[in-house]
Amino acid sequence: MTVLAVKSLSVTRRNRAVLKDVSFEVGAGELVGLIGPNGAGKTTLMRAALGLIAAHGQSSLAQLSPRERARAVAWMPQAREIAWPVTVENVVTLGRIPYLGGAQKPTAADRDAVEQALAYLDLEALRHRTATRLSGGEQARVLLARALAQQTPLLMADEPTAGLDPGHQISTMQTFGKLVKAGTSVIVSLHDLGLAARHCSRLIVIDDARIVADGPPAKVLTPALIQNTFSITAWHQTTDQGTIFQPLEVVT
Amino acid sequence: MTRLMAVLTALLALLFSAALVLGPADIGPVESLRALVVDNGGALTLVMREIRLPRAILAVLIGASLGMAGAAMQGYLRNPLADPGLIGVSGSAAFGAVLSIQTGVAATVAFALPLSALTGALVGVFLVLALAGPRGSSLTLILAGIAISAMAAALTSLTLNLSPNPFAASEIVFWMMGSLADRSMTHVWIAWPLIALGGVLLASLARGLDALTLGEDAAEAMGIRLKRLRLTLVFGTAAVVGASTAVAGAIGFIGLVVPHILRPFVGAKPGQLLWASALGGAIMLLVADIGVRVVLPGRDLKLGVLTALVGAPLFLHLIYKTRKEGL
Repeated sequence: MTVLAVKSLSVTRRNRAVLKDVSFEVGAGELVGLIGPNGAGKTTLMRAALGLIAAHGQSSLAQLSPRERARAVAWMPQAREIAWPVTVENVVTLGRIPYLGGAQKPTAADRDAVEQALAYLDLEALRHRTATRLSGGEQARVLLARALAQQTPLLMADEPTAGLDPGHQISTMQTFGKLVKAGTSVIVSLHDLGLAARHCSRLIVIDDARIVADGPPAKVLTPALIQNTFSITAWHQTTDQGTIFQPLEVVT
Repeated sequence: MTRLMAVLTALLALLFSAALVLGPADIGPVESLRALVVDNGGALTLVMREIRLPRAILAVLIGASLGMAGAAMQGYLRNPLADPGLIGVSGSAAFGAVLSIQTGVAATVAFALPLSALTGALVGVFLVLALAGPRGSSLTLILAGIAISAMAAALTSLTLNLSPNPFAASEIVFWMMGSLADRSMTHVWIAWPLIALGGVLLASLARGLDALTLGEDAAEAMGIRLKRLRLTLVFGTAAVVGASTAVAGAIGFIGLVVPHILRPFVGAKPGQLLWASALGGAIMLLVADIGVRVVLPGRDLKLGVLTALVGAPLFLHLIYKTRKEGL
């Protein structure tokens, strides 16, 4: 089953092509890492695929009505924004908005979904705390729970590990891994190639507004690609501790 | 939640009755309320029905408008410092109203007065949203507000000064500070249709404002149509603030203070803050209007003076508090 099909997607901004003719499909149960240098077009690609910005070409998600789309994909923007001092439980409940009519109150099914999301991310003890007063790592978990409460077949997250300590980075990726095992697909943009190599089942590399590689991490992260795209060298090995990818030097 | 609604409603009912029975005519409360219901053809019924009742109704309508508009703008901009008075929307509405009165349009065309105030308010809201951007930082918001307020106040004063009106100075004070003195049922009829329309528009924003807590991108991805939300907000705010200002001048601080006080009681949820602020705004304006009548009955103290005297120090306290919370 395909959860996202993108066909020759292009985005032009201020007469500059920021995304050129990008095509790919994501099936059920894939953990897709979107990697590439700063300004390569990762965020643009995700927002265009969601239909949040105008683009040429086709995206299966952008064709849906806003309400249908909200039940097909959950989106976590890079900015971890919680504007008001609301409780953790209330933030997570916001994820049920796509299922609620005009002035409808959350139903038993909605509350169930919220409970599951809270339990999934071990947030039950924090449920009555004010979300804005939590640490960055805890807020990231709350926002992830919000996205899970949306109960969509696809989750898209823009640099969900940015600004987190190593423990929170790893547990975020492990949560994605757990979701994928349960059948959800996840598309996540990452800067940490070590996390990408270790946790993703597939990597899409974007450089200069187009896809330059797409496939399993072991096939994608070749020395040549790493040097051409990121201008670095790296130590990449499959060990008895799993895949280890460690960037080493900048090549000029 | 529902307890808050019950408390606010009870308080509102109490103050509404108090506003009806208090006044310079020295009449007992029971007697005056009876005269309101039963027309005995005397002066008392006239006082109750033509002076006190419209004044109390207007206080409720306008207070609710300003409270709700403040809560809606704060929710949309995700900034607790937004208030229709402070950011110049009321001022622009007052300019629109003054212009239609001075050109004589208000006297010849039905509903010209509230509609031109609405037009002025629309210009004000558009300018503020355009200048402050999607997530207005406090600084740009306040600066834009100062500029728009100053411009609107200058244009209002100029129009009144140029008019052959011997009472220009007191007129200017009325439009800048607001008052409910000498309002009649005519004013109620001028204001209520637009206030009702705007209130319905603003109430429909509840879910969208809740979603906006997580930012524009996240809200849009949750199925909120942002363009429609923005238009609804602009027209709803302009309608309630325009209609209110057209009959009572620019009354400040209610849209700022009321949502701030009530926010903790609704768990900071922007959607629920809308109706709570409507009730709270009505309460605050009733209190203020009772205040101006009780404190200095003979001196026609302007409403805006009282709301600013109460609101500005509270505003300072809130700035200090929000700064400490790092919001």
